[in-house]
Amino acid sequence: MTKLTFIAHDGTHFDMDAENGSTVMENAIRNAVPGIEAECGGACACATCHVYVDEAWTALVGEPEAMEEDMLDFAYDVQPNSRLSCQIKVRDALDGLVVRVPARQG
Amino acid sequence: MTDITKTDVLIVGAGPVGLFAVFELGLFDMKCHLIDILDRPGGQCAELYPEKPIYDIPGWPSISAQGLVDKLLEQIAPFKPDFTYNRMVSSLEKLEDGSFRVTTDENEVFEAKVVVIAAGGGSFQPKRPPIPGIEPYEGKSVFYSVRRMEDFRGHDLVIVGGGDSALDWTLNLQPVAKSVTLVHRRPEFRAAPDSVNKMYALQEMKQLTFQVGQVTGLTGADGKLSSAVIKGPDGDVEVPCTRMLPFFGLTMKLGPIAEWGLNLHENLIPVDTEKFQTSVPGIFAVGDINWYPGKLKLILSGFHEVALMAQAAKRIISPGERIVFQYTTSSTSLQKKLGVVEA
Ligand SMILES: Cc1cc2nc3c(=O)[nH]c(=O)nc-3n(C[C@H](O)[C@H](O)[C@H](O)COP(=O)(O)OP(=O)(O)OC[C@H]3O[C@@H](n4cnc5c(N)ncnc54)[C@H](O)[C@@H]3O)c2cc1C
Ligand code: FES
Repeated sequence: MTKLTFIAHDGTHFDMDAENGSTVMENAIRNAVPGIEAECGGACACATCHVYVDEAWTALVGEPEAMEEDMLDFAYDVQPNSRLSCQIKVRDALDGLVVRVPARQG
Repeated sequence: MTDITKTDVLIVGAGPVGLFAVFELGLFDMKCHLIDILDRPGGQCAELYPEKPIYDIPGWPSISAQGLVDKLLEQIAPFKPDFTYNRMVSSLEKLEDGSFRVTTDENEVFEAKVVVIAAGGGSFQPKRPPIPGIEPYEGKSVFYSVRRMEDFRGHDLVIVGGGDSALDWTLNLQPVAKSVTLVHRRPEFRAAPDSVNKMYALQEMKQLTFQVGQVTGLTGADGKLSSAVIKGPDGDVEVPCTRMLPFFGLTMKLGPIAEWGLNLHENLIPVDTEKFQTSVPGIFAVGDINWYPGKLKLILSGFHEVALMAQAAKRIISPGERIVFQYTTSSTSLQKKLGVVEA
């Protein structure tokens, strides 16, 4: 199990155990993290699972692929550490990962 | 007097479920006309995930969403359905003789004995861009499509987005507008490379401005825009803006269906599970748009629903006629309709 923390826009922390291989988005939905909508169910087709990866983790999490970068065009207030959480797979190396939920999803 | 198009069954929405409805209705000799706001068939499958494989279509261990749409079109071709694209069904009313009148947003009128609502998650509509305070300007200074290029003549135009629509309209409106600023979050585009090159060439010649960044604020009054603030890599820039065209893709909205006098349950249309009929007899709802206890938003469920719905529709269109249950494998009359044996 890998530990994962979402910080909602109002500052509330959501800590959870995530299964390796699941997506960061799936864990947000399972734990009802407010502000993650994931309308398309993880198909990289909606940009409503947008998160900011904590600066300490950006290098490990890595850069979005071209399809995700295209989809990010539809997100609100995109920053250099923006990712679509359905495109980040949980793995051992990400144990302790912290992501922030933006003010709104589009 | 506008022309009225008459058909047996009018289907609202050409997603996978609307398409398969043509097949089941066709087996009972009912002629269908489908209307969709998209410019092509396939609904969510075609618009949201054409290249993704679907693994739960019976008999297809894996098929791409567009592949499924193509196969459905092939399967319904013998029934020669009519399609009207790029139109939103805006109103639906019951006439005195029990049939229905359907009107589109371009005022085309259709009359049908039965209406099937296969509207999925609602009609695809342009996404409102994430720009605070944009609402009061919509329809006055901010537009999501171009109906007449003349509306942009002499204006300071800001186009936002990085896809083909954004690039195409940048190039097409550049000669007409007073100034054009294209705003995109990054220097890479999701558009045809040729259009991107043309845009950069015009920028070289100072015929337009390409600004990397995101629109964060608007100024103006009474729906009339005067400028837009763009947050770029080097801070905020304010550009003159009296017309804005944001292109942020499509999203599904229930739309006018809410005003058709049907009972609704959390933006879905409740139906019975024998006929999939709505609260108004003669109007059916199938696929993602309907609701009943145990409903699953699966393509497979929608396919089942249309088979049962077709029986009930036949009873309305041909009252008194006995409905014979037949298999396509063994019924010569069904095979004639499908064109697999000679008529
Ligand atoms: C990313 C993703 C993956 C999916 N994966 C699967 C899967 O693996 N298996 C599965 O079974 N399902 C899957 N689904 C769900 C599946 O796509 C839907 O169940 C299916 O598309 C529903 O079909 P439909 O015909 O009811 O509606 P839709 O496909 O939503 O089509 C409805 C159409 O009606 C049009 N419309 C609505 N209102 C109007 C109006 N007033 N005027 C004109 N046109 C209108 C819309 O524009 C749209 O084109 C997935 C969905 C998504 C988004
Ligand atoms: S859930 Fe839709 S893009 Fe991630």
